[in-house]
Amino acid sequence: MATTARPAPEHSPDAYGEHSGLWSWLSTVDHKRIGILYLYTALFFFMFGGVEAIIIRAQLGAPNQHLVSAEFYNQLFTMHGTTMIFLAIMPLSAVFFNFLIPLQIGARDVAFPRLNAFSYWVYLFGGIFITIPIFFAVAPNGGWFGYAPLTTRAYSPGINIDFWVIGLQILGISSLAAAFNFLTTIINLRAPGMTLMRMPMFTWMAFIVQVLLVLAFPVITIALVFLLFDRFFGTNFYNTVSAGADPLLWQHLFWIFGHPEVYILVLPAFGLVSEVLPTYSKKPLFGYPVMVYSGILIAVLGFGVWAHHMFAVGMGPIADTFFGLTTMLIAIPTGVKIFNWIATMAQGAIRYTTAMLFGIGLVALFTIGGISGIMHASPPADLQQTDTYFIVAHFHYVLFGGSIMGIFAGLYHYFPKITGRLMDEKLGKIHFWLTFIAMNLTFFPMHFSGMLGMPRRIYTYDSGQGWDLFNALSTAGAMIFPIAMLIFIYNFLVSRKRGEIAGSNPWGAGTLEWTIPSPPPEYNFAKIPTVTSRYPLWEGKEVDYEDARINSQEGKTAADLGIIMPYSTIKPLLVALGLIVMFCGLISSRALIGVGAALMIFSLYSWLLSPLEPEHH
Amino acid sequence: MPASVAHTSAPTSHHYTTLGLDSRKVAIWAFIGSECMLFVSLISTYLIYKGRSIVGPFPHETWTDPATGHVFKPILNIPVTSASTFVLLMSSLFMVLALAAVQNKEKPKHTRGERVLGNSKLWLWMTAIAGATFLGFQAFEFTSFVHEGLSIRTNLFGSSFFTLTGFHGAHVTAGVIWLVTLLAIDYRRGLGSKDSLLVDIAALYWHFVDVIWIVIFTLVYLIK
Ligand code: HEM
Ligand SMILES: [Cu+2]
Repeated sequence: MATTARPAPEHSPDAYGEHSGLWSWLSTVDHKRIGILYLYTALFFFMFGGVEAIIIRAQLGAPNQHLVSAEFYNQLFTMHGTTMIFLAIMPLSAVFFNFLIPLQIGARDVAFPRLNAFSYWVYLFGGIFITIPIFFAVAPNGGWFGYAPLTTRAYSPGINIDFWVIGLQILGISSLAAAFNFLTTIINLRAPGMTLMRMPMFTWMAFIVQVLLVLAFPVITIALVFLLFDRFFGTNFYNTVSAGADPLLWQHLFWIFGHPEVYILVLPAFGLVSEVLPTYSKKPLFGYPVMVYSGILIAVLGFGVWAHHMFAVGMGPIADTFFGLTTMLIAIPTGVKIFNWIATMAQGAIRYTTAMLFGIGLVALFTIGGISGIMHASPPADLQQTDTYFIVAHFHYVLFGGSIMGIFAGLYHYFPKITGRLMDEKLGKIHFWLTFIAMNLTFFPMHFSGMLGMPRRIYTYDSGQGWDLFNALSTAGAMIFPIAMLIFIYNFLVSRKRGEIAGSNPWGAGTLEWTIPSPPPEYNFAKIPTVTSRYPLWEGKEVDYEDARINSQEGKTAADLGIIMPYSTIKPLLVALGLIVMFCGLISSRALIGVGAALMIFSLYSWLLSPLEPEHH
Repeated sequence: MPASVAHTSAPTSHHYTTLGLDSRKVAIWAFIGSECMLFVSLISTYLIYKGRSIVGPFPHETWTDPATGHVFKPILNIPVTSASTFVLLMSSLFMVLALAAVQNKEKPKHTRGERVLGNSKLWLWMTAIAGATFLGFQAFEFTSFVHEGLSIRTNLFGSSFFTLTGFHGAHVTAGVIWLVTLLAIDYRRGLGSKDSLLVDIAALYWHFVDVIWIVIFTLVYLIK
């Protein structure tokens, strides 16, 4: 490892000075530090969900095993999906929303710094809330999609589903609060000259994701409210037996949220890769406007395909045809992106850094997932594939091969900006190749076990059905992931302290975030830049370079420059705490609801009535 | 507290913004967009479940309980709800006047009429009272429904009706609390034209909640 420890420059994480200590983290409202909080928390949950997956694969490695009970297996696959989607991938995307959006658009912070802290704390508490029950074997057990009526009190009497309904409700509050914040930031805090069509592609994709969040999350909120009311107050929304409720109501509401959700999961990774590929190909992104429009089209069409998750319920030929067609249509803008990335790399001066490898990995693996997606866009084909491991293969190619690959590409690319130091490239490449091999070894065989009829969500199976070999391969592949992850974590922790000093633009990238020191000072930009092009450091005018020169200077504090920074405050944390206590009261004691509400309302008023920052003169 | 209340007036417009608007104004529009989807989900569910309840009482039809022979009249009381709808509509008008009063606080006022129109406290009170009156009507409606035999558990209609209108009522409640908070600030240090934004975003929210009620009133009460 090249950990040539050099003395820390004045502005390195080691020189944060007064900005360290537990209290400073609890009360921070700095988008960069909140991003770092998201990073550590989400990596933790990513590994937690990974452990669940390892147990699942160990159980399925050979026929007729009884490592875990059928009941616990249900909890494992439910919590694996829930954790990975809501506690790992979405927050890992939020790491970059937090850290990058203000830097990419030339802003000093997000629009509402305290609301940003609130989002993080709600996420943390909600994540803990939904994770703890598995240690007592009472974790949610109805799948990440929580199909009602199965999840109503009549069929799931235990406390398991209560944790799921309430936990998702809490996490939804976090996502929505963050979405309003980032949406406003992107609309309203762009530096002069940063027109929409000059925005870096990551910020564009983040923008689209916030719109999806704002429009899709209320739908699942209502679906969950119905379920909550059914379970706690005896309403009839999903009561199909005695009240004549529609057994498909939940499925419709859930998937109207659920399909946009898959784009919420993958578009941030697309954005990251759209920063990574141009940088290491030394070429501007190919077809920038087409990338923007295809992103918008994906978002729009994404609201019109939800029932492709319901072909098996018998909606009739008209609905099946309609949703089959829209699903095939949505593959077009998705495919356009793939071709644009390839064209970006074509004839570029490619450098195979770790970030680049992960970026290329996304292009290759996501394509495979996209192709299997088109296969089950056809209702007759889907009737063979639905509820089998073929679907599991599909969504892991898009989620692992897409989202996770893109997030790792982003982590390696932006690690120097976040920490001021470079990650070790040799270990990084080992991490990449192990991940790449593990990913394909685990998920490619699932195409076959699925085609041979192996259903999802079964805790064991008999031999002699042709599934044994494929399951053994999948399990072998899965066992490689922990090794890859340990290497990554080691590299991350060591490089953070002892990696080479990065400097403001170690990769020779072209966008605004690379004009400022690494790690950036708390105020980001000493001078709010004036932007004249998409890549100010590559094809900018004189003003861009002049701004970059001013902004890359290290060592000045906000006070030196007369920049007014928001006060640190603990109040967002207290409001979040009150909220959680309130929800905990729902499953324990009424009194707790009152205590939580009181804490929340008191802290909220105290927050709203106190100023964000010192007054200007 | 007085010191910090004074700070709420600190304008944030000295920060550069792309649109030249305060960010809170942008955010409230995003919030309203999200709320639209919330109510669309609630209203759609109500409409999907319309006419699918197995037992009564029903909104627009009479129902005879086959077990007891008891006859349930159509449960919706349209005249009473029309009155409460009217009150809520008037509250939007008061809200407009309250905002105008705050915006024109510093303009000299000569006639008695101008002084009344310029009285922000009066119009904020009127808006809040109209909102509270609407809530009173709703409380009356809910209790009388329960007396007549319709609870949130009775049938699909009960579940979807109480949840939909209850959600709307919760929004009105939040709005009334917001208005009372503005009133408290007004009494403490006076709302001036520099505070227009505080009232403006509250007004946007209030009008939105009002418009949603018009939709609910039409789809649930008026259309049979
Ligand atoms: C080319 C675009 C895509 C097409 C045509 C497509 C099509 C489909 C279809 C038809 C299903 C339902 C299969 C079934 O249950 O029988 C499905 C399931 C799924 N897809 Fe995709 N998909 C695409 C992209 C994506 C992306 C980008 C993601 C996520 C990043 C994703 C995540 C999922 C997930 C998680 C499921 C399974 C949900 C569940 O039942 O638990 N898909 N896809
Ligand atoms: Cu889908």
